[in-house]
Amino acid sequence: MDKNVDISLTINGEKVTGRVEARTNLVDFLRYDVGLTGSHVGCEHGVCGACTVRVDGRIVRGCLMAAAQADGADVWTIEGVTETGEMKPLQEAFVERNALQCGFCTPGMLLTIAELMERKPDASRDEIREFISGNYCRCTGYQAIVDAVEMARKGTGKSTGAKGDSA
Amino acid sequence: MKPAPYGYARAATLDDVFSLLAEHGEDAKILAGGQSLMATLNMRLSEPEVLIDINRIDGLAGIQDTGDTIRIGAMTRHVDVEESDVIATHAPLITAAMEHVAHPAIRNRGTFGGSIAFADPAAEMPACAVALGATMHIAGKGGTRDIPATDFFKGLYETAIGEGEILTAVSVPKITAGWKSGFMELARRHGDYAIIGLCAHLQVSDGKFGDGSLVFFNAGDRPVSAPLTAALLNEQNWSDELSEKLSASLKDELDPPDDLNADGPMRKHLAGVLVKRTLAPMAGA
Ligand SMILES: Cc1cc2nc3c(=O)[nH]c(=O)nc-3n(C[C@H](O)[C@H](O)[C@H](O)COP(=O)(O)OP(=O)(O)OC[C@H]3O[C@@H](n4cnc5c(N)ncnc54)[C@H](O)[C@@H]3O)c2cc1C
Ligand code: FES
Ligand code: FES
Repeated sequence: MDKNVDISLTINGEKVTGRVEARTNLVDFLRYDVGLTGSHVGCEHGVCGACTVRVDGRIVRGCLMAAAQADGADVWTIEGVTETGEMKPLQEAFVERNALQCGFCTPGMLLTIAELMERKPDASRDEIREFISGNYCRCTGYQAIVDAVEMARKGTGKSTGAKGDSA
Repeated sequence: MKPAPYGYARAATLDDVFSLLAEHGEDAKILAGGQSLMATLNMRLSEPEVLIDINRIDGLAGIQDTGDTIRIGAMTRHVDVEESDVIATHAPLITAAMEHVAHPAIRNRGTFGGSIAFADPAAEMPACAVALGATMHIAGKGGTRDIPATDFFKGLYETAIGEGEILTAVSVPKITAGWKSGFMELARRHGDYAIIGLCAHLQVSDGKFGDGSLVFFNAGDRPVSAPLTAALLNEQNWSDELSEKLSASLKDELDPPDDLNADGPMRKHLAGVLVKRTLAPMAGA
C-alpha cells in the first residue's frame, strides 16, 4: 500500500496542497512542510497541548491527527488567528498579566482559551482551569493565565484603559 | 517520537472496511478519533502496516432516539455526546461522566465507539455502558450481531469484537421513572484517567434504594460490577451504618490492582469513599 498521500486543505484561509507520508502528523506538516512554526511539539502523545490547532472550528491535538486526515479541512494556527486580529484582546491581556514566560505553551493556550470564551463565556475560575487542564505550562503557572482570561473577557485590558481586578 | 511508517486507507463504506480488514488482517488497525491509537503509534507501542480511517463513512456518527433506547453511532465525537440534550435527558450518567474524559481538544476528536472498542479499564464510557445495560452493535462481512455490555468487555483492552469486524453503534436504554444515576471519580488532575471511579445506576424512591448497579472503573482489567454490595441497598434508606456496611462489603467484593497511582488497599478504601459521596446525595441525604 502507498505510504504517501496527496492532500489539499485550507490553512489560515489559504489553499494548500501537498504530498505527505501517511505517518506525518498535522503539526509536523504545518511546521516542516508549510513553515508555520507557531504550533509547537512537546510530548507527541496528547498530554501537553503545545501542538493545539483549530480544525473545522474546533481545537485538536496536532500530534494526534494525521496530516492525511486533514484533507479537505479548514485549519487555523496561531499565525492565522493573530493576523485576523481575533485574539488581540486576549494576547494583550496575556502580556499585561505576565501570562507567559518562555512562550512554549502560549499558542496552544491561546487557541484553547479562544474556544473556551466561545463555548463557555461565563466560565468560573475553576471552569477555566478545567478547560485548560490539557495545556501544560511549565514556567508561568496558571494563576496569571486565568487572570488574563478574566481580563480579556471583561475588556479591562490596556486597550480600554481600565484596570483588571485580581483574584 | 515519530510513528513507524504505515499505509493509510480512507474507507468510504463499511464494505471497504471489511475488504481492507480481510486483506490486511492483523496488520491493519481501525482509525477512529485517533486519540488513543495515534499516541500508541507515536510511542511505537504498536506498528501496524495499515490504518483504515473510518471518519468518512456515512451514517457511523450521530445520536438517535429509537424509542426505548438511545443509539449512539460509533463515530460520534465525545464533544457531541457531551453537548447532546437527548443524552442529558435520557442517559444523564453519560453526560455526567463525559466531562471527565480527557480534555476539550481530545473530546473534540475522540469518539464514543473508540472509547468502547479500546476498552481501557480506566475509561469512563465502558463503565457507563455496563452500568446502564447498553448493547453493542458489531458488524462484519457476514452481517451484524448485538452483544450486551456485560459480555462485551473480555479483559485488558480486549472486547468481543472479532477479526474482520467493527463496532458500529451502542444502544443505551433510556432512564425510566424512579431511577437515578450518579457518577464520581477521583483523579489527581482534571482530565487525567481516574485512580478509581464509580458509575451508579439505581432505583430510588422516597430516599429508599431498590434495584440497580454499581460499576467501578480502574478497579480491575475491565469495568467491575459489585452486585453483592449493590444488593445490600435494597429497601434501605441512606445512613452512616449503611455506608459502613457498603464500604466493608466492597473490601471483600473488589480486588483492584496496584499501580504507581495507588495500591489495591487504597483503591478499596477509595471505593467506599466514592459510594458514600455518590449515593448519599442520590438518596437526598
Ligand atoms: C492525554 C489523554 C488523556 C486521556 N484521558 C482519558 C480519560 O480520562 N478517559 C478516557 O476514557 N479516555 C481518555 N483518553 C482517550 C480518549 O478518550 C480516546 O478518544 C478514546 O479512548 C479512543 O477513542 P478514539 O475515537 O480516539 O479511538 P482511536 O484512538 O482511533 O482508536 C482506539 C482503538 O480502538 C479501535 N477502534 C476505534 N474505533 C473502533 C470501531 N468503531 N470499531 C472497532 N475498533 C475501533 C482502534 O483500532 C484502536 O485500537 C485520553 C487520551 C489522551 C491522549
Ligand atoms: S505535542 Fe501534542 S499534546 Fe504534546
Ligand atoms: S510560558 Fe513557558 S511553558 Fe508556559
